[in-house]
Amino acid sequence: MTNRTGPDAATLVSIYRRMALIKANDERSRKVIMTGRLVMPYYSPRGQEVIPSAVSANLNDSDYICTIYRGTHDMLAKGVPLKDLWAELAGRVTGTCKGKGGPMHITHPKSGVMVTTGIVGSSMPIANGLAWSSQLKGDGRVTVAYFGDGASNIGAFHEALNLASVWKLPVVFVCQNNEWGEHTAYAKATSAPRVADRAASYSMPGIRIDGNDVIETYAAARDAIERARAGGGPTLIEAMTYRFHGHIFGDADAYMNPERKQAAIAADPVPRFRGWLIEQGHADEADLAAMEAAIDAEIDAAIDYALASDFPDVAELGRDVFAAEAA
Amino acid sequence: MMGGITILESINRALADAMEADETVLILGEDVADPEDGGVLGVTKGLSTRFGDHRVRSTPIAEQAIVGAAIGVSLGGFKPVAEIMLMNFTTVAMDMIVNHAAKLRFMSGGQTNVPIVIRTMTGSGFANGGQHSDYLEAWFAHTAGIKVVAPSNPSDAYGLLRSAIDDPDPVIFIENLPTYFTKGEAPKSGHRVPIGKASVVREGSDVTIIAYAKMVQEAAAAVEALAGRGISAELIDLRSIAPWDRETVLASVKKTGLAIVVHEAVTPFGAGAEISSVIHENLFDTLKAPVRRLGAAFCPVPFSRPLEAAFAPDAAAIEAAAAKLLA
Repeated sequence: MTNRTGPDAATLVSIYRRMALIKANDERSRKVIMTGRLVMPYYSPRGQEVIPSAVSANLNDSDYICTIYRGTHDMLAKGVPLKDLWAELAGRVTGTCKGKGGPMHITHPKSGVMVTTGIVGSSMPIANGLAWSSQLKGDGRVTVAYFGDGASNIGAFHEALNLASVWKLPVVFVCQNNEWGEHTAYAKATSAPRVADRAASYSMPGIRIDGNDVIETYAAARDAIERARAGGGPTLIEAMTYRFHGHIFGDADAYMNPERKQAAIAADPVPRFRGWLIEQGHADEADLAAMEAAIDAEIDAAIDYALASDFPDVAELGRDVFAAEAA
Repeated sequence: MMGGITILESINRALADAMEADETVLILGEDVADPEDGGVLGVTKGLSTRFGDHRVRSTPIAEQAIVGAAIGVSLGGFKPVAEIMLMNFTTVAMDMIVNHAAKLRFMSGGQTNVPIVIRTMTGSGFANGGQHSDYLEAWFAHTAGIKVVAPSNPSDAYGLLRSAIDDPDPVIFIENLPTYFTKGEAPKSGHRVPIGKASVVREGSDVTIIAYAKMVQEAAAAVEALAGRGISAELIDLRSIAPWDRETVLASVKKTGLAIVVHEAVTPFGAGAEISSVIHENLFDTLKAPVRRLGAAFCPVPFSRPLEAAFAPDAAAIEAAAAKLLA
């Protein structure tokens, strides 16, 4: 085995930047909804910042991801521009999808975000196809499919893992196990004690990691992505995390055990990693504070831009249904 | 008809010619490669040997995985033709077809498109019973973003399949199993039948019969019999169900003042209802009698021979319906 080193300071700080952006963006999202400035369905990724931030640090811009409705963190970590994203959340013509997709259907090929699906378990079969295109072209791209633990119970998960393994596709399946499938606890819905164990049925590596640990997540993602790029086939990563809020914004989350939730919030991975970065000398307080202030300003600007943008023309109803415009 | 080629052969030729002309055309599906006999009916026979098993891939029996892979690989720049062995099995992949293939162009604001063809087979008359014989075209025609075609002869099968493969949007290509070995004029290489254009199979002045797929053959026999009774029927082969050729249909009904729509799918909520409604909306003043719909009995396709024979409209039923309209 080669003697491998962990991520360098610049990479660690770039991961933190993504995490800080996701956290700040989440806080602003709830505020914007609460103050009535914007109406949208919103699925908070708060608490799950580490996973896509550490995964994306191993991806190129041209690599693909497929994600789900609780995927704002995945999109931001992959590089979807804030302005375009917010304009889409606001249903404006300047949005990533001209306002026609909305929060649950973000597509932004320039940053590799190819599909955002509102259907649990649907990211994986499509990610396989993207990975197949890379395999055919030999373009070295890797596709990451993000999904939650609940998705591992739908047929598409099993069909997709099986096909990816048989065809040795350059795809990485990243399960963000936040312990909840909508309002139902993991153990009540999932027969396997660990999602990662399911990889054994499909003859691929299945690893469970602490998805709130940056170094561990980075290393697992790096190994899986390198393996996929080198033609070694797919990997299933089960990254353990916890959802700080209810399923959808406005959900009273009474079904969540308050002690468990408080413990997760107390162990918030974002400030924890921030403190560690300073402690290890990878960054200093002033630099991080300046970075966070810049992020806040960027989010403010994005929201202002989005809300000042025009709504799409009603004629858009007849466009993009097919290549040729409807009569 | 003597001479010529069968529908099955013409589909195989269309696939071969499309693959020859464009190296981004791929085939995937259960048993489609040559070691697996080129499909249970041999429709894709010879293609993997000729074009390589990277371009013609047999898949697991996993319809969500098949359509998902087709969607993803199309997002990556390819033109896949996915075979779903029987139309009833499309139900297993409805999420992929209806929520993803049909909607990604619109939801992405035109940034991505899904140029896939889903070839599928069906039809009563083969004693396959309730889960192997349904016509489900209305489900897809009812979904914005999908095109649906159903050829009735070898030349159209070739030309429509080539057009479907060229098409930048998802197309469901419905083949009729009992007519696979119907012979007809061999199409010229490169022949195209535009999607959305009907053909007037036989001109007439007393009544318009609108049909597609196998029902065109039944209707053609009915038209012969009607001619013997001094009734001049115009037969339109719709060829494309979504979009369908309103102009040709309305022009014909304007001329005859009477119309019968025939399909093998069950009558309630079928394509016939839509066509009938459009005719009424446009030609209410011209019509000499309400448009007649002829579809299958409202029951699952039965196994028992006399039941199956009575299930779908045949030439005699079409002839009787026309004679009654004119009485």
